[in-house]
Amino acid sequence: MARPTSGGPSFADVDLHVVSGKGGTGKTTVAAALALALAAGGRTTLLMEVEGRQGIAQLFDSAPLPYEERRVAVAPDGGDVYALAVDTEAALMEYLETFYHLGRAGRALRAVGAVDFATTVAPGLRDVLLTGKAYEAVGSRRGGRRRYDAVVLDAPPTGRVTRFLNVNAEVAGLAKVGPIRTQADSIMGLLRSSRTAVHLVTLLEEMPTQETGDAAAELAAAGLRVGAVVVNRVTTPVLRTRELAAAARGDLPREQVCETLALAGLADVGVLADALAVEAAQAATRASLQRRERLAVAALGHPVLELPELPAPPDLGGLYELADALRRQGVT
Amino acid sequence: MTARTATRPAGSPVLDVDALIDDPATRTIVCCGSGGVGKTTTAAALGLRAAERGRSVVVLTIDPARRLAQSLGLGALDNTPARVPGTRGDGDLFAMMLDMKRTFDEVVEAHADPERAATILANPFYQSMSSSFAGTQEYMAMEKLGQLRAAADRDGTWDLIVVDTPPARSALDFLDAPARLGSFLDGRFIRVLAAPAKVGGRAYLRVVSMGVGAVGSVLTRILGAGFLADLQTFVAALDTTFGGFRARAEQTYALLQAPGTAFLVVAAPEPDALREAAYFTERLHDDQMPLAGLVVSRLLDTPAPQLGAEEATAAAARVSAAGTSPLTARLLTLHADRMRAIAAQERVLARYTAAFPQVPLARARAQAGDVHDLEGLRAVGASLAG
Repeated sequence: MARPTSGGPSFADVDLHVVSGKGGTGKTTVAAALALALAAGGRTTLLMEVEGRQGIAQLFDSAPLPYEERRVAVAPDGGDVYALAVDTEAALMEYLETFYHLGRAGRALRAVGAVDFATTVAPGLRDVLLTGKAYEAVGSRRGGRRRYDAVVLDAPPTGRVTRFLNVNAEVAGLAKVGPIRTQADSIMGLLRSSRTAVHLVTLLEEMPTQETGDAAAELAAAGLRVGAVVVNRVTTPVLRTRELAAAARGDLPREQVCETLALAGLADVGVLADALAVEAAQAATRASLQRRERLAVAALGHPVLELPELPAPPDLGGLYELADALRRQGVT
Repeated sequence: MTARTATRPAGSPVLDVDALIDDPATRTIVCCGSGGVGKTTTAAALGLRAAERGRSVVVLTIDPARRLAQSLGLGALDNTPARVPGTRGDGDLFAMMLDMKRTFDEVVEAHADPERAATILANPFYQSMSSSFAGTQEYMAMEKLGQLRAAADRDGTWDLIVVDTPPARSALDFLDAPARLGSFLDGRFIRVLAAPAKVGGRAYLRVVSMGVGAVGSVLTRILGAGFLADLQTFVAALDTTFGGFRARAEQTYALLQAPGTAFLVVAAPEPDALREAAYFTERLHDDQMPLAGLVVSRLLDTPAPQLGAEEATAAAARVSAAGTSPLTARLLTLHADRMRAIAAQERVLARYTAAFPQVPLARARAQAGDVHDLEGLRAVGASLAG
């Protein structure tokens, strides 16, 4: 495979990519594109979803995913993207079976409502299971080698992601000894190592970049590594910089625009020219906000990846386009 | 300056926002929806508009953006409503940001004697549950709503409460949280866990039934004895303190269903947000919660709806070919892009309105800049009211 040459961030040493972002920034789409980009060149990746929204199935236009790993896409040059929508209750039973060979007692736990407790009332325990599942996927082996070259986790949104990833430290604080403690320590070991990178998806808007900054600081404070900040849905302004500035000042050449519109065969050109000037001024406001937010993103000091705005809604073709954009920026 | 776009979906009734907020029978407005759709802004804008139309309003927000919080005078988390300065008219606007740990602590302090309260507050399980485990926010938002409503009824402090719900990971969390917590605390599992603390020592293994004994020993094996002891203390303390937790949860739930409560589902005109909105709508209907309408935020509009996307693109091509004014060609392209984006939003919205033609719609136009002061909130409110 032709390696891209731009000096983007290399995640070659990363086994677990955690993708988070403020709600509405498109983190599931970015996670899917990342899994696709990382699978390029004959590799195998796993895309995990933990919030029970079946967002992956919708993106890849498939039926709702069962609780098993399923191939959802083939990457350029023959890689495979598998996907898994983790079902918390099933994960809990599986966890208990794997670690404790519970069988009947596991069913007894369910009968008294312990499973319900673990998966709904104490969502912290849910996070333990979900991070444990990611840990297991990273370590899973087949035919003497690691089953997945990379695991991409579509994680909870920025407001919750540090808590989510740090839940095992919380558990370690509660369970001083025993197998749960050992497991919690191993998971934290992976999450805090350089084998894990947390990518934050943002838009060039005030609230998302602010939350991204807050999340980056929280992650760092918790000893978690921020990989890249992914700026999603970047648009290129239609107007030139000088034209935007003139539009912002209300200083577009009205005569010229009116004449040209008339020549182009449009009616009522005065009204139309004024309306176009309003739209241009709004575009100028947006462009200047975007410039400010782009500086704010750069000031965070993490590698920045940019993804273009795609015609809505996101579809499979769009995902390949985004994956390609990631690869061109050096994501391998 | 801006004209409403013509392509309003046929059939959906218009939500009369002013009638809703002016009606003295409207006591609580709950704004729900997925994260990042403008829920907090909508709640704050409605609260401001209601206050400036004469009502005495408190807005309960969960996690507002910093500058919006500042504009509401919410410099710090203080968990009690503070008056928002700078509003117009006779009404009052108060705002508060939920501090979930503090709310939880207050519930404990209010329901336990000081000694028991101290034991609970110091318990490691309590500490992690009250401050760091997700989900607590949902319970505490509902708790706080109950408190505010009780205070409003008792003292006549506020006649309208506007709540911004937590960005639930799914629609279910927020409605289910109180009932789940209630059923859990009254359930068998809690009795199993609480058993040793009540009967003392390891006697529970003999006292309780076979299935429960298996559970106890399994838990001890998995968690280690110290873990279990802490958990049991926590549960026993909660159990006795919150004896009526289920009753409390049911009260909150009933409060949501009661006349005087209006739910607004907030969504941005994007596929994911509207899919979640559809889910919320169904859920509210199933639970017989009073849905007042759908608020669609961030709708684009145009001052030139008369010039369609294709016509604009064609004109841009003619202008480009003539080479006289590249600026005009770009202005036409900009307009064509805007018209396409509007059409895309309307298509996405039409899927929702086709599924729920009876749900009234309120449309809020996209603001050119970020909303972070009263002036901006006023503009959003005016836009919502049509």
